[in-house]
Amino acid sequence: MSVLLAVPIIAPLLGAATSIGLGKSRRAQRLVGMSVLGLVLVDSAFLVWRVDTSGVLVAHAGRWRAPVGIAFVADRLSAVVLLTSALTLLAVLAFAIGEPGTEDRHVGFHPTYLILTAGVSFALLPGDLFNLFVAFEVMLMASYVLLTMGGRADQVRSGMTYVVVSLVASSLFLLALALIYAATGTVNMADLSEKIADLPPGLGRGLAVLLVVVFGIKAAVFPLFFWLPDSYPTAAAPVTAVFAGLLTKIGVYAILRTQTVVFTGDLRPGGLLLVVAAFTMVVGVLGAVAQTDMRRLLSFHIVSQIGYMIMGIGLFSVAGIAGTILFVVHQIVVKASLFLVAGLIQVRAATDRLDRLGGLAGVESVVAALFALAALSLAGVPPLSGFVGKLALVQAGAEGGAWMVVAVSLAVSLLTLFSMSKIWSAAFWGEPSEPLAPRASRVSDRRWYLMLAATAALVAASLVVSLAAGPLHRYSTRAAADLLDGSDYVGAVLR
Amino acid sequence: MGERSLIFDTTVRLVFDAAVVLSLFMLFAGHNQPGGGFVGGLVGAAAMSLRYLAGGLDELRSLLPVRPWTLLSIGLLLAAGTAATSVVTGGPMLEHAAWGAEVVALGHVSVTSALVFDTGVYLVVVGLMTTVLEALGDEVDR
Repeated sequence: MSVLLAVPIIAPLLGAATSIGLGKSRRAQRLVGMSVLGLVLVDSAFLVWRVDTSGVLVAHAGRWRAPVGIAFVADRLSAVVLLTSALTLLAVLAFAIGEPGTEDRHVGFHPTYLILTAGVSFALLPGDLFNLFVAFEVMLMASYVLLTMGGRADQVRSGMTYVVVSLVASSLFLLALALIYAATGTVNMADLSEKIADLPPGLGRGLAVLLVVVFGIKAAVFPLFFWLPDSYPTAAAPVTAVFAGLLTKIGVYAILRTQTVVFTGDLRPGGLLLVVAAFTMVVGVLGAVAQTDMRRLLSFHIVSQIGYMIMGIGLFSVAGIAGTILFVVHQIVVKASLFLVAGLIQVRAATDRLDRLGGLAGVESVVAALFALAALSLAGVPPLSGFVGKLALVQAGAEGGAWMVVAVSLAVSLLTLFSMSKIWSAAFWGEPSEPLAPRASRVSDRRWYLMLAATAALVAASLVVSLAAGPLHRYSTRAAADLLDGSDYVGAVLR
Repeated sequence: MGERSLIFDTTVRLVFDAAVVLSLFMLFAGHNQPGGGFVGGLVGAAAMSLRYLAGGLDELRSLLPVRPWTLLSIGLLLAAGTAATSVVTGGPMLEHAAWGAEVVALGHVSVTSALVFDTGVYLVVVGLMTTVLEALGDEVDR
């Protein structure tokens, strides 16, 4: 059964190696990339089914048992995030193949994208903090390359910010690991959950907050988010889509994982997380309202929506964490599809500045429909997937008596709707500042429909999230109960 | 490319072979002693960089029978392939096998599949470093 755990990491690595060797033929590279990601998708679907029916799945690398060896662990949380990531990565790769630009021009796109896939899977599955660090590094290395792939001056400049911030976060992470190891003598998360409880409570709380800071930089929470709206929008459209959809959520996943499994009881910084959550929501959405470029605007929304996820974690109740899991699944899909729509508009109109766009609804009604669905879902309009996630979070907040943050989250939803309608009225209604060139002059039909299909597939996936809200919410509740209890996880790893 | 320095050229020629032998020694010793594919690869790549500093990209290219990214690709295939092999045979990933044999003059020689993995890592490191030199070095040379 360890095959299920090995495929998401090893298959992309083998695919990347093959893809480098096939550098001369873009068609062969595409075939390798799509089939590897298809394989990972099928594998992770099996993984979800497997962990939901028969419990936490553990593989000890090289038969060295934890806590000495390296364990790979899949529980309900990591399986469902892996499934959503695999789906998003596949759809975005299809979009990238269609889009004229990055993928065509760079022989290194496919190998790097596959390494990124391996990094994402690796970050979701390790059973110890040190391999989580390694996974983040794998992911970051690939993302440095993807971010600056066009080689334009503004990409290199914002890539620089991204690299520096990531290096600072990585150094802090290493420092935290060293402190944790010095205090407890282990970095295995299951082992830690028992040993951290024996430390003086002040030390335990300090370590918890240090890890929140480390992953907070990756997840772009207030006040550590400043790098994100600066660096994401300059990358190529498919790259931004996959970063926006996945990378920050992996940071949230790491916060969720460490603050539940590793730190238990009153070591968890609940109050701190709620305050951070409220500020993240408000500052993110206010930043978004002030933007005039579509992708910069959407980038601020990434930050704002991260606040909702942190809010669910901060409540430390089954309902709150279930809401966060539901919301992460929804956000990965919806954020990526919004950025893909922005990519479509960029290809079609050769700009994403709101003051130059206009009248797209009449010309490209399918794009308008896709945007409307994704944007309303982001704002949380019923019955779309964002509503399901936000409802779960607001209910959990009300149960936990965190009225302030509930009020903030509702107000922020309204502002989200406002800034989405700003994009709608500027880009889809009205008249463009200069008439739109015919589509054939920008992109061939075949490419256009491939991009459109990839975007539509993701939007459809978000509809599935809202249609299957009941089963998904029950699944998330089971996952949240596992996380807060932790005994299944610890038992499975150390048994 | 400026004037070639006689002192540097001669030193590099003396050091290069020894560094390559050292890097291979580290690769093989790494199983039970300090060393391994990564460290060996770094020493190997350092030797390559010395040749690059002495003679530029042309000299670097003349050293390698293949393009640097081919090394990268083969190395990654070997490393990930070894990790995958044990999964295919039903074990956990990265499980390794060992074989031993008496060889004339050498005595007992043991070989493990970890050596294949380490060789992969070695090639990845050397391949990556030479790819970097190839990609970024072009500009510096002129």
